[in-house]
Amino acid sequence: MEGRREGARLELVCPAGTPAALRAAVEAGADCVYCGFRDETNARNFPGLNFSPEELAESIDYAHERGARVLVAINTFPRAGAEEIWHRAVDTAAQLRADAVILADMGLLAYTAERHPDLRRHLSVQAAAANAQAIEFYVEAFGVRRVVLPRVLTVQEIAAINAAVSCETEVFVFGGLCVMAEGRCALSSYATGKSPNMHGVCSPASHVRYQEEDGELVSRLGNFTIDRVPAGEPAPYPTLCKGCFSAGGKRGHVFEDPVSLDAATLLPQLAEAGVTALKIEGRQRSRSYTQAVVASFRRAVDAQAEGRAIPAGELRRLSEGQTTTAGAYRKTWR
Amino acid sequence: MSEVQGIPLFPEPLRFLLRPLPLFPLRLALNRVVARFAAERPAIFRRLGSHAEKVYLIDAVDLPFIFRLRPSAERPSIDLCRRAVSGARLGPWDARIAGPLAALLGMIHGSFDGDALFFSRDIVVEGDTEAVLALRNALDDAEIDLLSEAARLLGPAGGVVERVGRGVLSEAGRLTGVSLVRAES
Repeated sequence: MEGRREGARLELVCPAGTPAALRAAVEAGADCVYCGFRDETNARNFPGLNFSPEELAESIDYAHERGARVLVAINTFPRAGAEEIWHRAVDTAAQLRADAVILADMGLLAYTAERHPDLRRHLSVQAAAANAQAIEFYVEAFGVRRVVLPRVLTVQEIAAINAAVSCETEVFVFGGLCVMAEGRCALSSYATGKSPNMHGVCSPASHVRYQEEDGELVSRLGNFTIDRVPAGEPAPYPTLCKGCFSAGGKRGHVFEDPVSLDAATLLPQLAEAGVTALKIEGRQRSRSYTQAVVASFRRAVDAQAEGRAIPAGELRRLSEGQTTTAGAYRKTWR
Repeated sequence: MSEVQGIPLFPEPLRFLLRPLPLFPLRLALNRVVARFAAERPAIFRRLGSHAEKVYLIDAVDLPFIFRLRPSAERPSIDLCRRAVSGARLGPWDARIAGPLAALLGMIHGSFDGDALFFSRDIVVEGDTEAVLALRNALDDAEIDLLSEAARLLGPAGGVVERVGRGVLSEAGRLTGVSLVRAES
């Protein structure tokens, strides 16, 4: 069993959309930083974001010199006939001495296991592996060493998975909250023709419009009006899953409320459940966000390891919708 | 004052003093900064891609001017217009980013997160959202310090001005809550 060593400190895995954010994360106490190439091979393919191979090489050197590791997300699904783009991304990550690649597609996992057997393979949340049997398949077939669990599991379900699998698990503790079966969600694709799964963009900015109308801020994605809020309320998020719709005679957030995950106070339970690593979402955010969130979770992880009280609620101003939740970890819905 | 973030507004008496400033020397100085920046920071244009050719209105709502920026690697330009001018005279633009000067400076200097400012409605974004994101991400990676950029215009004297200015502006920033120099982690 490769799960977390008893008594080991939880590992902090932090986002970086740019080299500056990577340096901010390392300085703020990240154990690992995850990032992606500036193309469709990763699920945060946003304008102005991500790394060229040269930038990644410099960033890996920077992190390694300071004792931090770099994980490269290549977690979209290769297009038929264009697999070479994804293969090249894996080859480049291996050549640059990335500490691991985060993959979702079985074909790409097979390619990596065959061509780069020494390159550590993590299973992306995009693979939506949410039970022990599915995870063990990836471990046995492709030598996956760690799985990033979907954000729909309770702490009890995570504990049950950890008791039955032979790899490490990583869970999200802060940031945007996706409650869909990740890697299978087609909402963005339905509205815009582009999806996080194939193009690396959920609700692409090219299709997002915000407009003041009659004293309200209106958000639109493609031809869909997602939400309209009066002055003084937080701006609405531009994704269909967090939209406000009328259905069955009621108006409300049909899929999910526009809130962010903040599981800082659950670190003791997550450690108890056998989790190895904690993931912070937000490669699309600024270096200011990265610095603040990583520093806060560094304090929380250290406090948990030393049995001290965990500081909570200090990151609300940085969350989507300015509101946070413990999400599925304390599930009151199914 | 913003209720959510506590962003201070540029003081009204100072705004009044800025109003009659001649625009020509300001334009000249700003264009020199932008031209130097474009020549020395090619990475920023790789991040911007085709969005470098777009026109951005940077609207510090508590200043009497509106800035009109075209980052363009080949021919960067920045213009400023008095707030009173009509929309037609501002010319066509692709994206507008508006908010208190302190919010915009905080984003440039890495003290504030652009998304948080947007969600709290301290800043407003209009027009081409993709262009705004590209600019925000490119500037965030550039780790700009406006004092350093301005000091370099002064040639050999710039070093001294920067050292003295950094102390003064850091202290002023601490007292006012405005990020007047780049945030250090």
